[in-house]
Amino acid sequence: MIPMILFNQVNKWYGDYHALTDLSAEVKAGEVVVVCGPSGSGKSTLIRTVNRLEPIEQGQILFDGIDIHGSSTRLNQLRTRIGFVFQNFNLFPHVSVMENIMMSPVKVLGTKRSEARKHAGELLERVGLSHKANAYPAQLSGGQQQRVAIARALAMKPPVMLFDEPTSALDPEMVGEVLSVMRSLAQEGMTMMCVTHEMHFARDVADTIWFMDQGQILEKAAPEQFFSAPQHPRARRFLSDLLN
Amino acid sequence: MFDVFTILQDHGMLFLMGQYPNGPLGGVLCTLLISLLAVVFSFPLGVLVGLARLSPWRGLRWAAACWVYTLRGIPLMMVVFWTYFCVPLLIGQNISGFSTMLCTLVIYESAYIAEIVRGGIQALPQGQYEASRALGMSYLKTLRLVILPQALFNALPSLVSQLVSIIKDSTLGYVINVPELTYAANQVSNQLLTKPFQVFAIVALSYYIICFSLTWLANRLESWIANKRLNAQPLPGEEQSDPLFFANRKLNKETS
Amino acid sequence: MALDFSTILTGHYGAMIVKGATVTLELALGAWLLAMFIALLLLVVRLSENRIAMRMVAAYVSYHRNVPTLIQLMMWYFAIPTLLPESVQMWINDFNAEFLFSMFALGLCQAAYFSEDIRSGLRAIPDGQNEAARALGMSYMRAMGSVILPQGIRNALPALINHTVLLFKNTSLAMVIGVTELTYVTRDLENQTFRTFEAYAIGTLGYLAFSLLLMGLGALLGRHFQRVYAR
Repeated sequence: MIPMILFNQVNKWYGDYHALTDLSAEVKAGEVVVVCGPSGSGKSTLIRTVNRLEPIEQGQILFDGIDIHGSSTRLNQLRTRIGFVFQNFNLFPHVSVMENIMMSPVKVLGTKRSEARKHAGELLERVGLSHKANAYPAQLSGGQQQRVAIARALAMKPPVMLFDEPTSALDPEMVGEVLSVMRSLAQEGMTMMCVTHEMHFARDVADTIWFMDQGQILEKAAPEQFFSAPQHPRARRFLSDLLN
Repeated sequence: MFDVFTILQDHGMLFLMGQYPNGPLGGVLCTLLISLLAVVFSFPLGVLVGLARLSPWRGLRWAAACWVYTLRGIPLMMVVFWTYFCVPLLIGQNISGFSTMLCTLVIYESAYIAEIVRGGIQALPQGQYEASRALGMSYLKTLRLVILPQALFNALPSLVSQLVSIIKDSTLGYVINVPELTYAANQVSNQLLTKPFQVFAIVALSYYIICFSLTWLANRLESWIANKRLNAQPLPGEEQSDPLFFANRKLNKETS
Repeated sequence: MALDFSTILTGHYGAMIVKGATVTLELALGAWLLAMFIALLLLVVRLSENRIAMRMVAAYVSYHRNVPTLIQLMMWYFAIPTLLPESVQMWINDFNAEFLFSMFALGLCQAAYFSEDIRSGLRAIPDGQNEAARALGMSYMRAMGSVILPQGIRNALPALINHTVLLFKNTSLAMVIGVTELTYVTRDLENQTFRTFEAYAIGTLGYLAFSLLLMGLGALLGRHFQRVYAR
């Protein structure tokens, strides 16, 4: 089975700063990978390279076997198959919640409006926000906005969902509602890659933890092993800082 | 000083609409007409130039930058002369002063509108662009559906201010005999010879009223937009949806 | 129709252009100095917090921003003199009246814009700055001079530069009342030599060169302040 996402000797620079160094890894279909590490480790950069929000200078990234930097690759089409959830939600403030979710299926995939509306309604119910269909993003709390953002990404029916620190911008009491949605997605078998600081979530939901520091993945392990007996000294230090 | 009322009585029509219907439309109505037409035509041109300034193609960016910097760097008077000279050459026949002035205003103001549009687009959070690209929307779709609607809405007060500038700039039509309000003022003043102050006071007041009202409108727009965008509150009297709503639904599956 | 710049740039015509450019620069400089002086005056009046004075300043600014510059110019040149006593009018006619009136009109007009720019610049300073200065024992004047005004001017710089370029371009309006500045000379040149394109091109380049210089200066100053102050 080809992996859904394959990183092959990926290198990325911001000017002189080496952000990702010789990074190789893979995410299999149905796998939930949580990427963690100290700030500046390159976790967000890594996840943003998957749908080419950040380009890479060296190496290869394959999505479902397709080279995302290939000259014949149709990037827009590829992106419809990758769901991305941002730290700052990035909902479109000038249209309603329903319209936010429907916009891309209708305008990019060419779905009929009635069909898109029905599907959007189902997704809103799934994330617990049916009663907000006609509200505008500015009228929602942070947690509600992020759930709409997840619904918006799911509306494209992607095989993979990427989460870039989805709860970091939320007040603590709203983190749970977003993690619930992510948890259920994982339980349904969605292939997911999450950058997060929520270690309880990682322990409960992840299949694999990638620990990153200074642009490299220092350790890849199952949660039981990572949290009880981390191999890499940097990982050990990170976990002890976290728990103190 | 009370000649003002006699002047208004005798020449009010000239101030309001020039020689119409015995000649072309003039006075205040001509000023307003040329200004509104200038906005209507320079706006799309300005949007295009503004987008060109931000486009991914270097040649287009450079050309748009030249357009903007040149027009912002030379006086409107020079642009009037250029248009007066070039347009008959380009279309092979002479055109009226009104049309020349309209062309001039459209070209000149497009540079300023381009900068307003560019500012409006750049003021949007980068995340808006990223979110729509991440959903698979092309660059053009992103502009059309997400970026421009927001940017232009936010830029509305600046655009109204630009209309005020256009109205003030329309006074230069005087130089090429466009019968707008300034021209009418000079006509009346030359007729009366001894009351220039009263005549110009009337005209200054007219412009003041028009421009002041529009500026007031622009300020109101700005407050309304700021309110709508930044300070929107959650709908009153609503309950938070149950955060465990979703977890509960799946509970059955977990325990089975 | 071959382009021929040589006729324009040499001899009598060349001298005309230089003279026109000189008049433009003199007019711009004079108006700028007047505008700055009046803007600072308005600022002082505003700071006095006298309600009537502040209303008057607001009225001044409102008038000059809402009435077109050309009308203001005409008002000064055609209308105001008729209100002055006969003797003053004759004195005016003896001197270079058009130039002075233009300088006056442009200066007064731009003063309104400059004062608003400085006001916005001052408003952008956090309240804490004044509080900190006073808490350190500085007097009102010293706080103003050492802490508030320098920051205010720095904040106001982009707008001030923009309006300076605007002032420079507005000098072309003086042509309407017969001042022999660059635009007038360009027109004159065209009438005399029939080399329309060349004459206009020279005029355009003249304005463009100086405007770009001013805008470049503004960008330089902006970068300098950003480098020095933004840590």
